[in-house]
This record gives sequence, C-alpha cells and structure tokens, in this order.
Amino acid sequence: MEAIRAVAAPLDPGPAQTPVLIRAHGLSKTYVTSSGEVTALKGLDFEIYDGEFVSVVGQSGCGKSTLLKLLAGLLPFTAGSVELNGRPLRGPTRETAVVFQSPVLLPWRTVLDNVMLPIEFRKLPLAMYLQSAVSLLEMVGLSEFAQRYPFELSGGMQQRVAIARALVQDPRLLLMDEPFGALDAMTRDQMNLELVRIWGRSRKTVIFITHSIAEAVFLSDRVIAMTPRPGTIADIIAIELPRPRDLSVINTDWFGRYTARLRSLLDAQGGLL
Amino acid sequence: MTVEALDARPSPTSPEAPPSVLRRYPQFTISPAILLALLAAWWLATDVLGAPTYVLPPPQDVMRALLGGLSRSPWDKASYWYHAGITVWEAMLGFAIGSALGALLGLVLSHWPILGKSWYPYIVGFQSLPKVALAPLMVVWFGFGLEGKVFITAIITFFPVLVNMMAGYQAVEPERIELARSCNASELHLFTKIIIPSCLPFLFAGLGVASVLSVLGAVVGEFVGASAGLGMLLMQFTQAMEIAQLFAVILLLAVIGFLMNHIVSLIERRHCFWAQRSNATART
Repeated sequence: MEAIRAVAAPLDPGPAQTPVLIRAHGLSKTYVTSSGEVTALKGLDFEIYDGEFVSVVGQSGCGKSTLLKLLAGLLPFTAGSVELNGRPLRGPTRETAVVFQSPVLLPWRTVLDNVMLPIEFRKLPLAMYLQSAVSLLEMVGLSEFAQRYPFELSGGMQQRVAIARALVQDPRLLLMDEPFGALDAMTRDQMNLELVRIWGRSRKTVIFITHSIAEAVFLSDRVIAMTPRPGTIADIIAIELPRPRDLSVINTDWFGRYTARLRSLLDAQGGLL
Repeated sequence: MTVEALDARPSPTSPEAPPSVLRRYPQFTISPAILLALLAAWWLATDVLGAPTYVLPPPQDVMRALLGGLSRSPWDKASYWYHAGITVWEAMLGFAIGSALGALLGLVLSHWPILGKSWYPYIVGFQSLPKVALAPLMVVWFGFGLEGKVFITAIITFFPVLVNMMAGYQAVEPERIELARSCNASELHLFTKIIIPSCLPFLFAGLGVASVLSVLGAVVGEFVGASAGLGMLLMQFTQAMEIAQLFAVILLLAVIGFLMNHIVSLIERRHCFWAQRSNATART
C-alpha cells in the first residue's frame, strides 16, 4: 500500500488514494416564489476529495451560490443527499467555514477581534485560539494590522482578514463564494497567488465559486462547469497543470487548452460569459 | 485625523496660498460673526428703531433677566437653576424610559415579524396622533406632580427611537446574519454581537431626535399644570407680562435642548465611531 502511494502520489494525487470529504447525490434545490417554483439546482452528483481545490464555474444565475449555501448548511435542499465526512449534512458545522463575496467584517471590531468571531460564536476557549488567530493574520500578511479597524484596510486586505477568520476554527472545508469578485484585476491576481500559497500551507479542501474560467483553471485541481436554469453539472474537468503554479502558467498552451475547453462547455449551454 | 491634517496642509507643488482661516474654521470665525450680527440687529430694532418692549425686549434687558435668574442659589425657588433642574430631571427620566422602551420594542417587533405586522397599524395610528394633545389628560391621571411630565415625555421620545430601531434592524446586512449562522451562533449571540451593534447608528439617530423632544415633552407637561419648572415659569412670566424674563427662559431652554443633544452625540462619537468612518471609506 505504502509503495503504491509513493509511486502514484506525485503523478496522480487523485481520487484513488484520498478519502472522499463530500459526496452529493441527486442534489436539487427548488425555490418557491410568489410566481411559482424555480428550480435552481437539479440532480447534482459529485464527490470532493479531501485536500482538493475544486472550482465551480458557470454563468450568473446557474445556481453556483445556491450550491455553496447548501454545502454550508445555510439552506435546506429539496431533494437528494449530501454527506460531509461520511455523515449526512444537516446545518452548519465546525468542519466548514465560508468566505463570502464581500468580506463581511464587523466595523466595530478590530481585525483580530473579527478573526476571533467564529471562536466566540462557537463558544470555544478564546485563549486557546488567540495564538492561531495571530499566526493566521501573519500568514495573510496582516500581523501589524491586528489592532486596526476594518475601515482602515483596503478591499484586498479586508478579504484576507475574512480568509483568516474562516480558517481560525480550523475547518476541513473552506467554501468560497466569488471572494475576489469585487476586487480590481491586479489585486485579484495577487489574491489568487496568495490563496494558492495559503491553500498549500493549510491543505484545506476548498470549493471555490467563480465566474472567471481563468481563475478556476489557475487555482483548481478540478473544475465543475455548470449549466444555467436549472443548474446542472455540464462536466467536471481535472486540471493537471503542475504545482506549485505561478502566474506564468497562464500563458502556456496547456492552460489555454483548459480554458478553451471550459469556455466551449459553458458556451454550448447557451449564451456567452 | 491624519487624512484631515494632510488635506489641510498645502502640497509643496501647489502655487495656491493655504486656505484662509475663515475657510478652515467657519464654526469659530463666521458662526460667532453671525451671532454678533443678529444681536446687533436685535439691539437696532429695540433701542434704535424703538420696537415696544412687550413685543421685543432689548437684548441687555434679557441678559439682565437671565443673569438675575441664574445668580440666585439653586435652592431658591426664584432662581432659574431650581426650575431648570426640575425640567431637566423630568426630561431625562422621560427620555430614559421612553427611549429604552422604544429601542426594546423596536427590536422585538422587528425580530418577530408576526408581532411587528400585527401591531404596525396601531403604531402608525398612535404615531400620527399629536402627542401633546395627551398633556391635559396627564393632569387628570397623575395630577400636578412629576409623573405626568415624565409620562408625556416618555411617550414623545418613544416613537423616534422605536421607528429608528426598526429601520436599523431592517438595514442589518443579511450577510452578517448568514456569517453568524454559518458559525452556529446562538440567538443571544446573534443579537448581542451582530444585530444590536449593527443597529447602533440608527439607534443614536433616534436618540438624537428624542433628546431634543424630551425637553419639549417636559415643558408641555408643565404648561398644562405644574408648581415648578421652566414651562411653568414661561406661563407665569407671560401672564405677568415679564417679557424679558420670558425671553431669558426661552434662551435657557434652547441651551438645555442643545446640551442634551450634544451629550447624545458625544456618546455616539465614542461608541459608534466606526459608523462615520466606514461611511467615509465607502464613499471614497
């Protein structure tokens, strides 16, 4: 067993060896609105492996954010099943943390107190987690801002605080809902590099929602392409670009083939991005 | 602070002269000038143009009346201090009760929408009632003592706080609540760590309005029947045609209203410092 792993791991860190963290089967979500029922997601089947970085791409309105909220336990699903770490998913758990589209920092708390917020909510011993909050701020490069307030920080810095806050409870799964969507292009590239570095160090499982194909290919081990209305999975593509990756990988043919492939998948479902 | 300092300093490349003192501190230069101009106009109208003193007493008469009323000991029933103390006490008690109830009920009615929706028509109905119309009733219910004034002040201050609190609750960013839910926050934590702090800027807006209205409530309460207080003094001086004294008490009431409001904004600046700053950053 060990021998097989040793040979296989560098080439293919894929499904065979790593345990499944999320198993979704026939996952569906229907909203009841005043004008009738709207099917946001229909019959999603997928597995996410432990330590994997998976992106979900699709047009706006394809149910990406709904999927994330279902996985976070913030919304009940209508049909199907989801297992997180072998147990059926019912509501938010300590194993999952969410990074939202906006940083959602509380302006009356200092940066450090914002990072500690999940610990307070979960009634965990504050003293035990303070050190990890401090070192997480160091990891996202904001240690000297610990006692500052959010309004003193730029948008990119605020979102880095949000990432530190998500990691403080030491979750296994990080759900990220277009976290860099509101940032300008250059900051966004920087944040993506930062995220790859953080992910490399913390080895969390990440599900990353985005509408940027390039971002998805750059960051991910696998990309789930979704079709809109109702949201279904068009295809799941494994990105076998070598790691560690830097921005130069974007200019390679290999990268271009992945983005072209994804673009045609999404285009085939109607509409340009 | 640093940003303001930077703004105020002329940049070395700029050929323009630094902004004048008038432009930088109008509140310390132009505002006092306006006051002087108004006083001069007042003096001109009375002493020079000869407006009758029972219509408009000259400023020096009013000043003399004010100093006369203020120079007596606070325990002397002829001093303004004594009556001002009673009016302020009524106003503060009423303000405390009214705004505490308003804030609490605002939270409750917002958090349980079924309560909010079922009570809403009555709240709107009661709010459109001119509350001072209840003042005579207070005499019937509570007599000439303190309770009636506190009650009417509480009713008057209740609504602005209630309405602002409900608006504040509506304005809590849903993402903040989602964040709390994603961390399995308890209902209590949701209130104490998210909802109530998020509502604070709105609450203080309501408290600011209520602080000014509280003086109005106390004075109206005294109008309809009281043995002491600045409102009662107003009635007495009107009947005795002591117009200079009347003006002095009006000035005193203006100062009291201003101070009450100022105290609220001082507390706001201390506990809600983040609201103005975050708005400032949002604008840039």
